[in-house]
Amino acid sequence: MIPDSTPIWLIIVLLGLGTFGLRFSFLGFIGDRQMPPWVLRHLRYTAVAVFPGLVAPMVFFPEATGGTPDPSRLACAAVTLGVAYVTKSVLWAFILGGATLYGLLYLLG
Amino acid sequence: MSSTTTKSAYWAGARDGAPFILIMAPFAMLFGVIATEAGLNVIETMGMSVLIIAGAAQFTAIQLMLDEAPTVIVLITALAVNLRMAMYSASFAPILGKAPLWKRALIAYLLVDQTYALSSLRYETKPEESLSGKLAYLFGVVTPVVPVWYAFSYVGAVVGTQIPESYALDFAIPIAFLALTGPALRTLPHVLAALVSCVGALLLLWVPFNLGLIIAAFLAMMVGAYAELKLMPKAAS
Repeated sequence: MIPDSTPIWLIIVLLGLGTFGLRFSFLGFIGDRQMPPWVLRHLRYTAVAVFPGLVAPMVFFPEATGGTPDPSRLACAAVTLGVAYVTKSVLWAFILGGATLYGLLYLLG
Repeated sequence: MSSTTTKSAYWAGARDGAPFILIMAPFAMLFGVIATEAGLNVIETMGMSVLIIAGAAQFTAIQLMLDEAPTVIVLITALAVNLRMAMYSASFAPILGKAPLWKRALIAYLLVDQTYALSSLRYETKPEESLSGKLAYLFGVVTPVVPVWYAFSYVGAVVGTQIPESYALDFAIPIAFLALTGPALRTLPHVLAALVSCVGALLLLWVPFNLGLIIAAFLAMMVGAYAELKLMPKAAS
């Protein structure tokens, strides 16, 4: 249990403000001022620079298995990414990725 | 800009966002369950989901409060998890910067990973779309995603019973991000950036406060931009 002395609301409000601040930062203060081409060139890769790094530890060392690589989760990740790449369809990636995960978890126990 | 095109952009966004209900619902519910089990009441749980709307950071904050970490550490760690949002903000500034300030503030509040991923893919593939169309698409994506986040946080907080680990709900998030990464791998520079991000984040797992991810992301952006200059000098101009 979280101790009673924890300033829960202070943490909630400051995290809310801080998160909004991060999201508002450039959008709010730079606005439509022109950024140099080299900056724009880097920003084009934001999504592919963040998402793979965000999921890699969860895929290779899932917390649910105590950090040991798990064949069902690895296969699920490969299928989800592969289907999403080929079909460009998030829905098919979810369906086939989820089927792989639950199918293998069931088969491998 | 006719209102019919704006409307169709809105519905295109809503359609693209809809599959994420499958992911957001269990993930939000899991948060509600874990938050109440950690001792938060329903109002505090909803306070987090409405004021922060950032699942990973919310889970991190709960875990650190359970570990009785000092308040400053809770704040720094959870905000470090959210640092990537500033990168999303920077990437949207040149595209949506002409929107009125209140709309930019609203977008900032709603700029969750799914909003960013789907909208940025749309802006890359349809750069000619008008600003109002771009905004309509973004608000369309948000429509199925964010209310589900609120609603199922509430369901989880009220139901509040442990979800069996065999449901493997921990993997909802990796599935969501992988499904978003696939379509974003449009060119060789995108693929190279993704590889650097993946390998970099794994090698930098030892860096405190989750900052290894941010370092890996910066390296990946540099590799992507450099590869674009070398391989596709036309696109880079």
